[in-house]
Amino acid sequence: MQKRDLISITDFSKAEYLQIMEMAKGFEKNPNQNLLKGKVVATLFFEPSTRTRLSFETAINRLGGKIIGFTDSSSSSVTKGETLHDTIRMVSNYADLIVMRHPLEGSARYASQISKVPIINAGDGANQHPTQTLLDMYSIIKTQGRLDNINIFMVGDLKYGRTVHSLLMALSVFENPIFNFIAPPELAMPDEYKRFLTSKGIRYFEHREFTGIISEADIIYMTRVQKERFTDPIEYEKVRNVYILRNKMLQQTKPTLKILHPLPRVNEINEDVDSNPKAYYFTQAENGVYTRQAIISHIMGLI
Amino acid sequence: MDKALQVSAIKEGTVIDHLPAERLFDVINILGLYNSTDMITFGTNLDSKRLGKKGIIKVANRHFEGKEIDKIALIAPHANLNIIKNYEVVEKRLVEIPEEIISIVKCFNPKCITNNENVETRFQVICKSPIELKCFFCEKITHEKEVVIT
Ligand SMILES: [Zn+2]
Repeated sequence: MQKRDLISITDFSKAEYLQIMEMAKGFEKNPNQNLLKGKVVATLFFEPSTRTRLSFETAINRLGGKIIGFTDSSSSSVTKGETLHDTIRMVSNYADLIVMRHPLEGSARYASQISKVPIINAGDGANQHPTQTLLDMYSIIKTQGRLDNINIFMVGDLKYGRTVHSLLMALSVFENPIFNFIAPPELAMPDEYKRFLTSKGIRYFEHREFTGIISEADIIYMTRVQKERFTDPIEYEKVRNVYILRNKMLQQTKPTLKILHPLPRVNEINEDVDSNPKAYYFTQAENGVYTRQAIISHIMGLI
Repeated sequence: MDKALQVSAIKEGTVIDHLPAERLFDVINILGLYNSTDMITFGTNLDSKRLGKKGIIKVANRHFEGKEIDKIALIAPHANLNIIKNYEVVEKRLVEIPEEIISIVKCFNPKCITNNENVETRFQVICKSPIELKCFFCEKITHEKEVVIT
């Protein structure tokens, strides 16, 4: 059987997305299943990400697997100059599956060429973080009952935000999505993604700020606008308060609207939104565990 | 016959014609011709109907293939190669950019694994004019003006 990896969101087909959604639903109902009994999973975090690591390790534990690995490469042989190539060669002799996060882009794809066992990419620099996208999709299907006909507003840093790019690619395989992009010109959705949508005949609209049109949103996907992204600090000062979501802005929105955010947030969602039932970002994070259980089971061919 | 070809004709070898004038020295560079012991003549800023100003290189006793032709294609997509045998052009070849480019181009992304560890680069050609190369690893696009040949 050919080894299966999850490096980029586009590695999976629409049928596989839906299969993972179904499986995640099953794990949410019944999280403790001993499918990984007797298996060893390596979690290699070449850069720290406590949130993602805890989510993966919870998923592995609930599946009954054993974990080896490191959480910060400064405490491992990597700082002694060992190449990624050699680390992966060694670990793939020990483990049945490798979950890795690495600061360099393309590192996970490269690791998948070296490794004998499957690789799940838990983030490679600014490139891909496909398990985040699948948990976003699970949050959408769970709250909206569908992945077709979704009107999604993506807000904030749409230029560098890998999560919005991957979610855009994933939703584009479903029927009639509508994309609304709210961002300052410096952080606008890159042309390659807009050209991609145009080539598929998918509608998208660009806005400079929040407008009354968010009343049509099924999903508002918030991201952080970081100061470091601006070459001109004056530009940052001009926009820093434009992309903040406040509770009073949600009055005219759909009752079924849900607000997502990959977390951690800084100030882009005002705390007065948290108690609104439309705020979904904390549940979204919890959905990550079920989705990762589903992804691991699918990759390992356990179900 | 092309006027430029008649000047200092070569007996055996290759005439690389229709190079953009400003890329002439890049082509000499990537083919490593500065190390050659064979006779090389080149001209630049010659009049060309197609390019305005063109460059031309004549290399005695050399025939180019595979990766060398891919390299020429990447910096001079309209070039052609005239294969010379016994003072005659026996074959004219247009260069062509392949669908996939392996190992001859550097990824423009400094954070790409290929620029940080010993990994052979690999690109999918998503557009030939202007050139757009998608890195198999970091998935970023290297555009024509960023192409660096290794
Ligand atoms: Zn790259």
